[in-house]
Amino acid sequence: MMKKLFKRKEPLTDTQLLMTITIGIFCIMYLLAMILLGGGFLRPQQIFDMLNDNASLIIVSCGLTIVMIGGGIDISVGAVTSLVVMSCAIYLNKGGNIFLSILLAVGIGLAFGLVQGFLISYLEIQPFIVTLAGMFFARGMTTILSVDPQKVTHKGFLQLHNNKEIKIRWLGHRVPNGNVIPAEMEIGVIIALSIVILVFLLLKYGRLGRNFYAMGGNQQSALMLGINVKKTRFLSYVICGLLSGISGYVFLMHTAAGNATNAAGMEMNAIASSIIGGTLLTGGVGNVIGTFFGTLSLTTIKKIVVSSGLNDPWWQSITTGGMLCFFILLQSVVLGRRSKKKET
Amino acid sequence: MQEECLLTMRGIEKRFPGVLALNGVDFSLRKGEIHALMGENGAGKSTLIKVLTGVYQMDGGEIRLDGESIVIRSPEDAQNKGISTVYQEITLCPNLTVSENMFIGRKSGFVIRHKDREKRADEILERLGIPARSTQLLGNCSLAVQQMVAIARAVDMQCKVLILDEPTSSLDDNEVQMLFKLMRDLRAQGVGIIFVTHFLEQVYEVSDRITVLRNGELVGEYLTEELPQVQLVSKMIGKELEELSNLGDGDEEKIMEREVFYEAKGLSSSEAMPFDFSIRKGEVNGFTGLLGSGRSESVRAIFGADKVNGGTVTVKGEPVKITRPVDAMRHGIGYLAEDRKRDGIIADLSVRENIILALQVMNGLFKPISRSESEAFADEYIKALNIKTASRETPVGSLSGGNQQKVILARWLLTHPDYLILDEPTRGIDVGTKLEIQKLVRKLSEEGMSVTFISSEVEEMLRTCSRLIVMRDRHIVGELTGKDLNQTQVMKTIAGGEA
Repeated sequence: MMKKLFKRKEPLTDTQLLMTITIGIFCIMYLLAMILLGGGFLRPQQIFDMLNDNASLIIVSCGLTIVMIGGGIDISVGAVTSLVVMSCAIYLNKGGNIFLSILLAVGIGLAFGLVQGFLISYLEIQPFIVTLAGMFFARGMTTILSVDPQKVTHKGFLQLHNNKEIKIRWLGHRVPNGNVIPAEMEIGVIIALSIVILVFLLLKYGRLGRNFYAMGGNQQSALMLGINVKKTRFLSYVICGLLSGISGYVFLMHTAAGNATNAAGMEMNAIASSIIGGTLLTGGVGNVIGTFFGTLSLTTIKKIVVSSGLNDPWWQSITTGGMLCFFILLQSVVLGRRSKKKET
Repeated sequence: MQEECLLTMRGIEKRFPGVLALNGVDFSLRKGEIHALMGENGAGKSTLIKVLTGVYQMDGGEIRLDGESIVIRSPEDAQNKGISTVYQEITLCPNLTVSENMFIGRKSGFVIRHKDREKRADEILERLGIPARSTQLLGNCSLAVQQMVAIARAVDMQCKVLILDEPTSSLDDNEVQMLFKLMRDLRAQGVGIIFVTHFLEQVYEVSDRITVLRNGELVGEYLTEELPQVQLVSKMIGKELEELSNLGDGDEEKIMEREVFYEAKGLSSSEAMPFDFSIRKGEVNGFTGLLGSGRSESVRAIFGADKVNGGTVTVKGEPVKITRPVDAMRHGIGYLAEDRKRDGIIADLSVRENIILALQVMNGLFKPISRSESEAFADEYIKALNIKTASRETPVGSLSGGNQQKVILARWLLTHPDYLILDEPTRGIDVGTKLEIQKLVRKLSEEGMSVTFISSEVEEMLRTCSRLIVMRDRHIVGELTGKDLNQTQVMKTIAGGEA
């Protein structure tokens, strides 16, 4: 990757520049944590833990990045994830079939994507309003399904849940008595990484993906260039909804329990991940690899806060807010300097 | 003659509610020619273009392309038939690369092979001599190159007719030359180009033929070399010679002795080239020139409405700084904007509220005008200017254009300015109200107010102003007073010295 970056004839595009900054800052942050805090940060398992805990956030962030590149916003993703977790948990506890539970997850996500996408694209209602309504609706539905936590008791699913880790021996660490504890990665992480790669390919090489960028860059121009803007926008929300559904299932595989407060605030974390990863709220600029590192940066800073002994939850919120502010400032400074340079 | 015609439009009619925008207009374009479409505001140029590109459906007439009668249903349909348009505002995506902008939205597979596209784009760019690389981000290219990329896209889509709508208005001289070279190359390849512009010199530099429209009707089609610039201007403006009443010579000499109220030296803004300008107390002068010649931009600079870049300004002999509209207002300058919908009226507010707006701004937010006071002001001006409104609380948006204009005029008169700038105050309003406004301007000047008046109608300017500043292609090219104030002289100056 770096080699390619240095060899380029063209100056970096805004998308690439912002992504590079994010990756750079993530590496610096992680290195500092390794040097100053040591401990867990020195073990590869730390990274796997971050991935295991945040696989569903990564998936949701991918969907949100697509919507944001197209110039929209979807704040219902966390609530939809939560609804999927609860629905699947209840369905499985009633003796449902695993394959059908996956279909249920995907179906709920798709349904939200289709309805919201239709309202936003074809009836031209503000995306913020539509997805706000979607968020309330999904949260409400989750609570109606069950106020109490639902622990999954389905045998087949629990087997999947308990044997979900892939053990990687050579990345493990040696404990004092000489044994090696292997690094562990969940299946959900594989799903999340595959989605990151798929979305990356779609955005880079797919006709649809490029249309997202055109639409987000300048909607009027996109129309004049012969792009079916309504359909393109519709599809962006459908994909986002679909990914929320998948994210919900991955979440359930991680926790094996449904809870009305599941994935609370996930939409905001996903927006933060996208922005830190270099996606602009104004649309047209962004990259899903950046988003992936955005999620990792967000998680790293939280881990650092916890490791530093600031265990209260508000410290995480404060540092997340501070980091978001820092990135947005950095982006506007970098992009501002760029456009100034272009003018002279 | 008929055989070589690529595109013919015969008897085109387009009706809007209450207006016949195109009345039986003919237009023909030959293979491999650059054909300029000329006309002042409201002449019907843009309507004709929009009919041709499928934005509007015509109400009558026939369009033939390559001898076959065609119906154009939508902009997309026009493109598929080989009629491409490059608009003044660039309709490409700045966040994508040059090659993507050339190919996006066109028929392709689901997977994009960037390398293939880039190779093909580079070939086209090289063939057309466009200084851009296919992998470059469009937003990093100059405006001229962006425009050329839009043309390259059109060319690659096998266009036969290329419409360039005001392509040069945001380009500098070098970029214009680059664009012209490309246009000539395309002409050599047999493309028919329709060139819409306000810049006379560019028309003479690059076009083969000129079609002039006026008031929705065809004035005529001419070979460029056979039509002197003066005649072109007179055909565009039209000769509705009426008895012209000027200010008498005696009056004028008196004015020239009065003190200078406002003087600018080398004033320039983000939109206007540096210029000198002055106005005396009680003088009525005007900026004239074709649309796009920079008249509005100049007065906007005087008022501080655009970002002022340089120059010295004195008001009543004192050097002052006017960089924002509120500065100008504090020095007694009022400005009635050209586009009253955008810059002037607030449609949802009542007549009364619109009238007191400028005064309130001058007073500052902490000195509110009392209700009874504002009602008194509103009633006074509704009567004085004969504003036809149901009541002073009627929303301005429901008034007719002429009456809206009077409301804005009242707004400025209420601040008792020493100097009032009126930019196209009579556009789109009926003749009766026009005359009322002209009379009002004369009356105000007799009371000692200085007025700068801008209008597209030369005849109206001649009747109202005692001094005319003539602009062409963003520069002041002459100043007319006294005996020179007549239509012929104005046209000669607009067109340039040669005639």
